[in-house]
Amino acid sequence: MEYSPPPLFKQGASARAKVVFFAMIALILLVVDSRMRTLSVVRQVVGTVLYPVEVVAMMPRDALYFVGGYFTSLSDLKEQNEKLRTQQTLDARALQQGQQLQAENAQLRRLLGTSEQLPVKSIMGEILYDTRDAFTRKVVLDRGIKHGVAPGQPVIDHAGVIGQVTRVFPFTSEVTLLTDKDQTIPVQVVRSGLRSVTYGRGQSNILDLRFVPTNADIKKGDVLVTSGIDGVYPAGLAVATVVQVDTKSADAFARILCQPIAGVDRNRQLLILLTSSTMPPPPKEVVEKNSRSSFLEHAANRTNGTKGEAKESAPSPAPAPATKER
Amino acid sequence: MITHQHPHYILLPVSPLFIAVSLITGFLLNLLPWGRWIGVPDFVALILVFWSIHQPRKVGMGVAFFMGLLMDVHDAALLGENALAYTLLSYFAIMIHRRVLWFPTATQALHVLPLLLLAQLVSLVVRLLVAGRFPGWLYFAESFVSVALWPALSWLLLAPQRRAVDRDDTRPI
Repeated sequence: MEYSPPPLFKQGASARAKVVFFAMIALILLVVDSRMRTLSVVRQVVGTVLYPVEVVAMMPRDALYFVGGYFTSLSDLKEQNEKLRTQQTLDARALQQGQQLQAENAQLRRLLGTSEQLPVKSIMGEILYDTRDAFTRKVVLDRGIKHGVAPGQPVIDHAGVIGQVTRVFPFTSEVTLLTDKDQTIPVQVVRSGLRSVTYGRGQSNILDLRFVPTNADIKKGDVLVTSGIDGVYPAGLAVATVVQVDTKSADAFARILCQPIAGVDRNRQLLILLTSSTMPPPPKEVVEKNSRSSFLEHAANRTNGTKGEAKESAPSPAPAPATKER
Repeated sequence: MITHQHPHYILLPVSPLFIAVSLITGFLLNLLPWGRWIGVPDFVALILVFWSIHQPRKVGMGVAFFMGLLMDVHDAALLGENALAYTLLSYFAIMIHRRVLWFPTATQALHVLPLLLLAQLVSLVVRLLVAGRFPGWLYFAESFVSVALWPALSWLLLAPQRRAVDRDDTRPI
């Protein structure tokens, strides 16, 4: 190649042959990865090998953070301490009320015969880095399979939902943020109980609430929380506030924009909720005459799914409401 | 005529170790948590182009493909996206390497710009095909920043080959 020696010297494959060869491999990888998603083994291996290198690469930044933290002035710390104390006092009240409500709720649930909601286990994780990728909104956390993280688990910060674990490696995991394009999360309006689904928009720090009729009871300032009917997110986590409701459009649906409550790209320490992501089985084909009973059964399955153990693992001992309907 | 404007030095043979170290350094620079800053250059791509132009026999498409796979996993991108982009980048760099080296570094940068833009375009097309969304024209700012670094990078990466053979007291490195 270099200054073209005569072809009688051994030169290996021509550049054109090589580019075709490698481009073909790359294209095959692309198709397989995007259509079949069977390359997780390759990804796991490379990701595990990369992990120490990544940690080394993060060292300068972490050292900088450390030095910066060390020289934080006393007044800053005092101010922060003051603020946290106030917050703690406020939270303590809510916590006490919460405990009381929880006990009351448990009792009511026992009265109704439904099983109690189990508390969700969680672990703290720290953001290793944002992915260098203009197309998606993902972060990588320093917790992985070894710590019990599994795909589908929700990730929250102190204010609300950040996103969802979408891929796990032995020591790290990828979290897709709420604001990623078409990342969806089922929500409920706290004030009116209206259920809907928010969609991420990709670039901007804004969520879309699609397919809400123009006459729905929703207005600017409404708080959206997870509805919990998806079996992935526990119910009641704060998601977003409505910032704009536009009903003047010619469509049948209102155009509603929401802003995430959690610091989707601000906080470094996040909490991964270790919910088991076993989804309830999809509803069977509904026969016309017993459509009502199977619908109720499906609803019962869904409520079970949020509590960790899906019904599919133990089909025979069905919970109380489902057996009543049978 | 051009040689009057900028002298061509006879360089020492390149050390494969130095090539490896430079690629690893580029990779580490890419691993730095740049986050979503606009116009952060892709150091690996830039260094790959450099070596593909200066040492096409040592750094070719195989190395480029491998570096691309590493970047894919790190970026949580589709496997093969960066690999494809870097392979094509390396191929075109090798195609133009005989012509480019006759120009001064500033003009070389102009030759490198279309290559880097092409690599970004490949990523863009792949993403748009797999239901992505156009990230805006500032996405391409990355290539222009990279190209601005080209003269400095050339000076830096050729420095070990520009040393005098004999060590003496006045030698800087």
